[in-house]
Amino acid sequence: MAGQQNSPHELVERALELSRADGCVVLVDEETTANLRWAAADGRPGSALTTNGVTRGRRLTVISTVHGAEGTACGVLAREAVTTADLADLVRAAEAAARAAGPAEDAGPLLGPEAAPAAATGFTEPPAETSIDVFTDFAPQLGTAFARARAAGQALYGFARHELTSSYLGSSTGLRLRHDQPTGTVELNAKAGAASAWTGAATRDFADVDVAGLQSALDERLGWGKRRIDLPAGRYETLLPPSALADLMISLSWSMNARDAVEGRTVFSRPGGGTRLGERLARLPLTLRSDPAAPGLQSAPFVLARSSTDEHSVFDNGLPVGATEWIRNGELAELQTTRHSAALTGLPVRPAGDNLVLELADQSAAPSLAEMVARTERGLLLTCLWYIREVDPATLLLTGLTRDGVYLVEDGQVVGEVNNFRFNESPVDLLGRITEAGRTERCLPREWSDWFSRAAMPPVRVADFNMSSVSQAS
Amino acid sequence: MPPTASSPAGRHIDPLFLALPLRRLAAAALDRARQLGVEHADFRLERVRSASWRLRDAKPAGSSDTLQLGFAVRVLLDGAWGFAAGVDLTEQAAAQVAEQAVAVARLSARISRAAGGGDRVELADEPVHQDATWISAYEINPFDVPDAEKTGLLADWSSRLLAADGVSHVDADLLTVQENKFYADTAGTMTTQQRIRLHPSLEAVAVDDRTGTFESMRTLAPPAGRGWEYLNGTGWDWAAELARLPEYLAEKVKAPSVQPGLYDLVIDPTNLWLTIHESIGHATELDRALGYEAAYAGTSFATFDQLGTLRYGSPLLQVTGDRTAEHGLATIGYDDEGVATQSWDLIRDGVLTGYQLDRRMAKSKDLGRSNGCAFADSPGHVPVQRMANVSLRPAADGPDTAGLWAGVENGLYLVGDRSWSIDMQRYNFQFTAQRAYAIKNGQLAGQVKDFAYQASTTEFWGSMTAVGGPQTYLLAGAFNCGKAQPGQVAAVSHGCPSALFEQVRILNTQQEAAH
Repeated sequence: MAGQQNSPHELVERALELSRADGCVVLVDEETTANLRWAAADGRPGSALTTNGVTRGRRLTVISTVHGAEGTACGVLAREAVTTADLADLVRAAEAAARAAGPAEDAGPLLGPEAAPAAATGFTEPPAETSIDVFTDFAPQLGTAFARARAAGQALYGFARHELTSSYLGSSTGLRLRHDQPTGTVELNAKAGAASAWTGAATRDFADVDVAGLQSALDERLGWGKRRIDLPAGRYETLLPPSALADLMISLSWSMNARDAVEGRTVFSRPGGGTRLGERLARLPLTLRSDPAAPGLQSAPFVLARSSTDEHSVFDNGLPVGATEWIRNGELAELQTTRHSAALTGLPVRPAGDNLVLELADQSAAPSLAEMVARTERGLLLTCLWYIREVDPATLLLTGLTRDGVYLVEDGQVVGEVNNFRFNESPVDLLGRITEAGRTERCLPREWSDWFSRAAMPPVRVADFNMSSVSQAS
Repeated sequence: MPPTASSPAGRHIDPLFLALPLRRLAAAALDRARQLGVEHADFRLERVRSASWRLRDAKPAGSSDTLQLGFAVRVLLDGAWGFAAGVDLTEQAAAQVAEQAVAVARLSARISRAAGGGDRVELADEPVHQDATWISAYEINPFDVPDAEKTGLLADWSSRLLAADGVSHVDADLLTVQENKFYADTAGTMTTQQRIRLHPSLEAVAVDDRTGTFESMRTLAPPAGRGWEYLNGTGWDWAAELARLPEYLAEKVKAPSVQPGLYDLVIDPTNLWLTIHESIGHATELDRALGYEAAYAGTSFATFDQLGTLRYGSPLLQVTGDRTAEHGLATIGYDDEGVATQSWDLIRDGVLTGYQLDRRMAKSKDLGRSNGCAFADSPGHVPVQRMANVSLRPAADGPDTAGLWAGVENGLYLVGDRSWSIDMQRYNFQFTAQRAYAIKNGQLAGQVKDFAYQASTTEFWGSMTAVGGPQTYLLAGAFNCGKAQPGQVAAVSHGCPSALFEQVRILNTQQEAAH
C-alpha cells in the first residue's frame, strides 16, 4: 500500500479518469484530530491526563453506477490510506460491486456542476489540518484547572477534542466540491463528596473556550449540591437547559424521515394515512431549523453521502442543502427527503441538516435560564440527560436518565440538589407542554455529541415532565 | 446454498495483510521511540474491513464496503501516555508518528506535573509472546462470498416475510467484519491475528392504515463470531425463525396492553444477555470503577473497595469474564497490549470476585497479571479497557425454559432485546423486549404489549430464584458497544441460560407516554 501520497483533488481526478462505469462519484475525506482526556484516579482531588493523542486519516470512497435493463445499480467502496497505486484496483472493485448489485431503489441521475452551491471553492487547495498545537492556549488553562480542583478538594474529569475534516467531492458529471469542517468539543465534570456537576461547550477552533469560566459554573453547581434533597418519582414542572433539550430535539430530528412517516411507521404518521405535516406540535411559536450557514454552527452546504441510508442517497451527492424550518411557529412544516423519497412521497426535496436550532422569533424578549429560575415557584432544574433510547416509535417515547446535577427550585431560588431520575418522555409530546422558552444559545448536546454537536437551543420550562423512577446514581 | 470458500482447515491470515510492511514499520517506530527514551512503546497496524447491506422491502437500499488501514504508536514516557496514529505506510512516517506520540506524552506529563499530580502510569508484567498468530473460529469468510449471493439471500428472506398476511414492510441488514491486527512492543512481543464476525437481522412491520397503529418484530439471531455458514444454518435455525415471525407479529398486533405491576419474569437468553451486558458487564470494568470513564460512560456502583464482599445477587449468580469462548465476539488470542487472553470469575455465588483489567489497571491495584481486556476499535484509537465476553453460567441440572414457567403463577416470559437504558453507575435500568407472553399458572397465555421492565441492579439479580440448565444456554451479544472518548465501538458476546426473577416492576409504556 505504500506509495506516492497524492493530493486529495488529484486522487479524485485520477479515480474519475480510471472509471469505466456509466457514472462515478469520488469522495476523499482528509481528517486530522487531536484530543486530551483527563481523570482523577479513585476520585482523588485534582486530575491527570490519561489517553491523549493525535491522528491523521484519509478515506477515499468510490461510488460506481451501472445502468441495466431493470435500473441503475451502484457499488460503494471506501478505503483508508489510499495512494494512486491503489486507485485502479479500488475503482474496478467498486464497478464489480455495482455489477453484482441489484438495481438501487434510490437511483437517479448524478448531479452536474449546475447544481453546485456557489460557496464551495478551493477544490485544488491542500486539506485543512489540526494538531496538538490547537491546545496551545487551552492546555495551560487545563493545568490551572487541575490545580484549582485539587485545592478545592474536587475531582476533575473531562475531554477535549478537535477534528478537522476536508472533504473533496468529484463526479463524472463534472461536480467538483470541497468542504472543510472543524468540530471541537470540551466537557468538564467535577465531583465533590456526593455532588457531581457537568458543563460542556462546542467550538470550531478552541480560541473561544474559557476553562476558568466553565469551572466557575461547576463551582456554583457543586455549591448547590451541598444540600441534598430526596424526591420521589412523579411528574414535575422542569427547567431543561439547552444541552438537555438539544439531546431530545436531536432524537426528534432523527425520526423525521418522510418516507417512513408516509408508510405509517413513525410518530409523524397521520392515522388513516399521510403525515402530520401542518399539525401544531408546540403551543408556543417555536421554530426548529437547520441551516448550513448558521453562525458558529456552519456545516456542509451540500450533500456528502458516503453510503445510502434512509436519510441520504449516494445519488444526491452535491445536492445543495439549504436552510430548512422543520417546525415553523409550532407547526410541523417539513420532513426529511432525498430526491428519491421526495418523488415517492410527493413531498419537496429536503436533505437532513448537520446542525439544529430551536428558537422563538423574538429573541430580545426571551429570558435567560437564571431569569426563568427566578420566576419558578417550585420545579426541577436539570443539567443534562443520558442514555437516551427509544422505547416506542409510535409515540417516540424515549427513556433516559438525569445526570450530574438535578436541583430543586423553590420561590425563585435553587435550594438544593435532588437525587437522579429515570425519565420516560416523548420529545414530540413534550413540545406541546413547553410553557416558556428562553434565549437560544449555542450548546453541547451531551448524549449525542459523538454524532451531532452543532446545536443552539433555548432553556425551556416543561409542565409535568415524567420522572418515572429514582436512580441511585450520583 | 453451497459453501463458496474455505473450510476450517483452510483458515489462514489474509495474505494481503501479511504482505504489508508490518515488521519494518514496527521496527522503525519502536526504534525511534527507544531513541527518545521511552519506558515502553507499542506499535499496532490494523486492517479492518467492514461491509454492510440494507434492503427495504426486499430491494437494495444501500451498501458499503469500508477498509480501515493504518497504524498507531503508544508510548509511556515520564509516567505518562502518548499516542499518535498515521496512515502512510512508510518507515519514515512510522518514525514520525512515534515522535508525535512522544511529544503528546511530554505534554501530558508536563501538565500533570504543573498541576501537582503524582500518579505515574506503570504496567503489569506480561510474558513475552514471540511471533504468535491467532485466527478466530469460522468456516467461510463472508468476504469470499459474492455480494450477489448475500443480497440474494436477504431478498429471499425478506420476500418470505412480505408474503405473509399482515406484514407491511420488511427491513433487512447484514453487517460483516474482518479484523486483522499486528502488534509489537519494546518488550519483544509480536502477534498477528485475524477474526471474523457478522450480524444479520430482519425486521417485519405491520401497519394498520385504518387506525394508524403499527408494530414491529425483529429476528432474534444474535451477532456471532462465525463466518457465512451462520446464514446457512450453522448455529441458528433461520428457516424456523423466519417461518414463525409473521405469526408472532400478528399476535402482538392484537395483544392486550399489559397491566403495570410486579410480575415474576422468566427471561429468555435472547433478552437476558443485554441485561447482563449493561448491569454486570460494564459495572465490572475496573477503569470505570476507578473513575477513568467518569465524565462519559460513567463509573460503577461496584467500587474496588467492595471486591470480595459486594453481594451482587442471589447465590445462584455465577458470572465469568472470558476472552477465549469459541465464536465469542470479544474472543481473541492476545489483546491490544500483547496480553494472552484468559477466562476468570467476576461473580461467584452472588459475590463480586473480579474485574476486567488492562495492564495499567492490574498494576495500579496490585492484581497481578492483566486478564487481557485492552482493545482499540481502529488503528486511529488508543486501546482502552473493553469488555470480555461476560456470561452467566447455567445450572448444571437446571430446568428447561418451560420448567421455569411451571413455577410461575402470574408472570411474564420475555423474549428478544429491544430498548435498553441504564444509569451511569449501573443501578437503575429499563428494558423492553421483542415479545412478552403472559404466564398464568405455569402456562403461557398469549402475548401482551406496551411493556417495559425497570429495576435496580443488585435487587434484580438478588431476585433470581432459578437458573435454567445448559439446554437453555445461548451465546448472544452486541456488535457495537460504545465506550471511551473519542468514542469507540466493540463487539462482545454474552452467554446465558433462561432464568426466573421474582416480583420485578413492569411498566405500561402507553401510560408512561400519556400525561
